Amino acid sequence: MNKVVNQRAWIFVLPVVLLVAFNAIIPLMTVVNFSVQETFGDNVFSWAGLTWFEQVLHSERFHAALLRQLMFTAIILVIEIPLGLVIALNMPRKGPWVSVCLVLMALPLLIPWNVVGAMWNIFALPDIGLLGRGLNWIGFEYNYTRQPFAAWFTMVLMDVWHWTSLVVLLCYAGLMSIPDAYYQAAKVDGARRWAVFRHIQLPKLKYVLTIAILLRFMDSFMIYTEAIVLTGGGPGNATTFLSIDLQKIALGQFDLGPAGAMSIVYFLIILLLSWLFYTLMMRSEEK
Amino acid sequence: MTLELRQVSKRVGADVHIHETSLMLEPGSFNILLGTTLAGKTTLMKLMAGLDRPSTGSIWFDGQNVTGVSVQKRNLSMVYQQFINYPNLSVYENIASPLRVAGVARREIDARVQEVAELLRLTPMLKRRPSELSGGQQQRTALARALAKESSLILLDEPLANLDYKLREELRDELPKLFADRNCIVAYATTEASEALLFGGNTATLHEGRVTQFGPTSTIYRRPNTLTSARVFSDPPINVARIRKAGDEIVVGERVRWPVGRAARHLADGDYSIGIRPHHITPHRGNEGSATIEGRVLVAELSGSESVVHFDMDGQTWVSQSQGIHPFEVGSLTRLQVDVERGFIFSADGDLMAGGD
Repeated sequence: MNKVVNQRAWIFVLPVVLLVAFNAIIPLMTVVNFSVQETFGDNVFSWAGLTWFEQVLHSERFHAALLRQLMFTAIILVIEIPLGLVIALNMPRKGPWVSVCLVLMALPLLIPWNVVGAMWNIFALPDIGLLGRGLNWIGFEYNYTRQPFAAWFTMVLMDVWHWTSLVVLLCYAGLMSIPDAYYQAAKVDGARRWAVFRHIQLPKLKYVLTIAILLRFMDSFMIYTEAIVLTGGGPGNATTFLSIDLQKIALGQFDLGPAGAMSIVYFLIILLLSWLFYTLMMRSEEK
Repeated sequence: MTLELRQVSKRVGADVHIHETSLMLEPGSFNILLGTTLAGKTTLMKLMAGLDRPSTGSIWFDGQNVTGVSVQKRNLSMVYQQFINYPNLSVYENIASPLRVAGVARREIDARVQEVAELLRLTPMLKRRPSELSGGQQQRTALARALAKESSLILLDEPLANLDYKLREELRDELPKLFADRNCIVAYATTEASEALLFGGNTATLHEGRVTQFGPTSTIYRRPNTLTSARVFSDPPINVARIRKAGDEIVVGERVRWPVGRAARHLADGDYSIGIRPHHITPHRGNEGSATIEGRVLVAELSGSESVVHFDMDGQTWVSQSQGIHPFEVGSLTRLQVDVERGFIFSADGDLMAGGD
C-alpha cells in the first residue's frame, strides 16, 4: 500500500490557530499567569500556587457577589424569556405592521450599552427623571441611589427593556419558519389556540429558545457596562455583581493575583452552567 | 353527503385566483384536481375545506350551505405535501389528536388508532416521535390521522410530492384501497397526469384558476373538450400544431401534408389546431392513415422500457414516446410515424371539433 502522507493540511488550519491564539488563548494565559503568582510591580513575580484561588473561594465578598449575580440572572431569565415569547406570538405575521414592529423591537438593541446605562440613570433620577419623578408622584418612595430594592428594580427594568427584544426577534424568526400548513392542519383538527402553542409552536421553537436562554444567561451573568453606569454597584454593595466586584479588585485595589484567580473561577462558572443547561435541553430531546 | 361548489370564485386584491367554478363531488368518489403549479389546486382545496372564504358563490355540503362555517366546525381531514405532524407527540397521539379534540371515548379512540395504524403499517412505530420516522412513515402518520377522524371529506394536497420515487409508488398503490369502503369524498391534488390515470375516479383539469373540464378520468383523457384540458392532461406534453384542412388533406405549416383522419372528414375546410399525444408518434411502422414526418432530434431520453425523443417540427419542439429502446442520435434527422387518425382536432378557439373516442 502506498499511503501518501501529506501534512499540507496544517497550512490551512494555521490561520485559525493563530487567530484563536491571539484573541483567546494568549490573553487568557496572562490571566492564568496572574492567578498563580504574586507580584509587587516592576514585572517581578513570585510563585503563589493556589493561594489566590483558596482566598477567592473562601471570601465572603465573592460569595455575596456570586449570590447577587445568580439572583439577577434568574430574575432576568424568568421575566425576559416568557415576555419575549408572548410578544413574539402576538406580533403580526404579515402586513405593513411587520416592519414597524421589527424596527421598534430592534431599537433598544442598537443603543450602545453605556448609553443605555446613562439613559436609565437619568430617566430614573427621583428629582429630574421621568420614571423617578413619576413613581414618587404616584406615591412610591423611590430613590434608586439610596434604596437597594429600588436599585434592583431599576436594574431589572433596564435589562428587560434593553434585552427582551433579542428574545422577541429570535422567537419571531423561529415562528415565521413554521410552515403555514401546520396551522391549517391544526385548524382542520379543531385544535385550540393553547394546543397550537403547546404542540406546534413550542416544540418548533425549542432550539431557538435554547439559544435565547443561553445568550441571555451568559450576557446577564456578565453584565457590567450598564450596571456600572447606572448604579456603580451601589447603593453600598447592593448591585455589585461579579464583574463589578472583579473590576474593583483588579483596577480599584490592584490585587492582580486574586483578580486573576477570580476571573478564572468566573469563567469556569459560566462555562459549567452553560454546558449543564445545554446538555439538559438536548437530553430531553433524546427521550 | 355531496359537496357542491356553486359559482365559487376567489380573488385576492386584483388577482383572480379561482375564476367562477361550479363542481359537484359525490360521496364515495375519488376526485383528482389535475394542474400545474399555481393552477389553483390548493386554493380550490382551501375553499372546499373552509380555510378560505370564497369571494363569490356558495359551498354546500350535505344540502346545507357551509360557506361561512369555519373549518373547525366541519368534519373534514387534510393531508399536505409537507409531512405535517405534531412534533412532540408520539405517532399514536398524533393519530388520536383530532379524536381527542372531538371528545371521542377513550376505548373508541384506541380501537380506531389501532385499526388505522394496522392499515398503514404503523403499528410498530406507534410509540415513536415523527422525527424518528422516515419521510414515508411520516406521511403515513398524517394519512392515518386523516383516516382515523372518519370525516366525510378528505383533502389530499399533493401528498406524495415530497416522497422519493420508490416510496411514492408504494403509497400510490395503497391510497385508493385506503379510501375504498369509506363512502367519503376524496379530493386529490396532483401535477402528474399519470397519477390521475392510475387512480381513475373523476378528474378536474385546472388551468390558470379555471376548471376546464370535470368528469370521469378516462373520459377526460380520451375526449378533452378543449385544447387547454388536453394540454393539462398530457405528460409528456401533447404536441400541437396549427393546421389548415383542405379537402382530403391537412396542411401542417408550409410543406407537410397529411391525409385527413376519418373523424375529421366531415369538418369544413379552414384553420384548426391538431393535438397529438406523444405516444401516437413512434418510429414503428404506422397503420393505415398514419403519416411520416421528419425532424431533427434535440433530446433523447431512453429509460428501461421506453424512448422519449424531443425533435424539431417546423420550429416547434415535439415529443415522441415509444415502447422499447430505439437508437436516436442527437442532431440527426429522424423519420417518425404520426398516427393522424388518433389526433384531436380543435377549432381556432380551442374547442374539440373531432377526434377522441
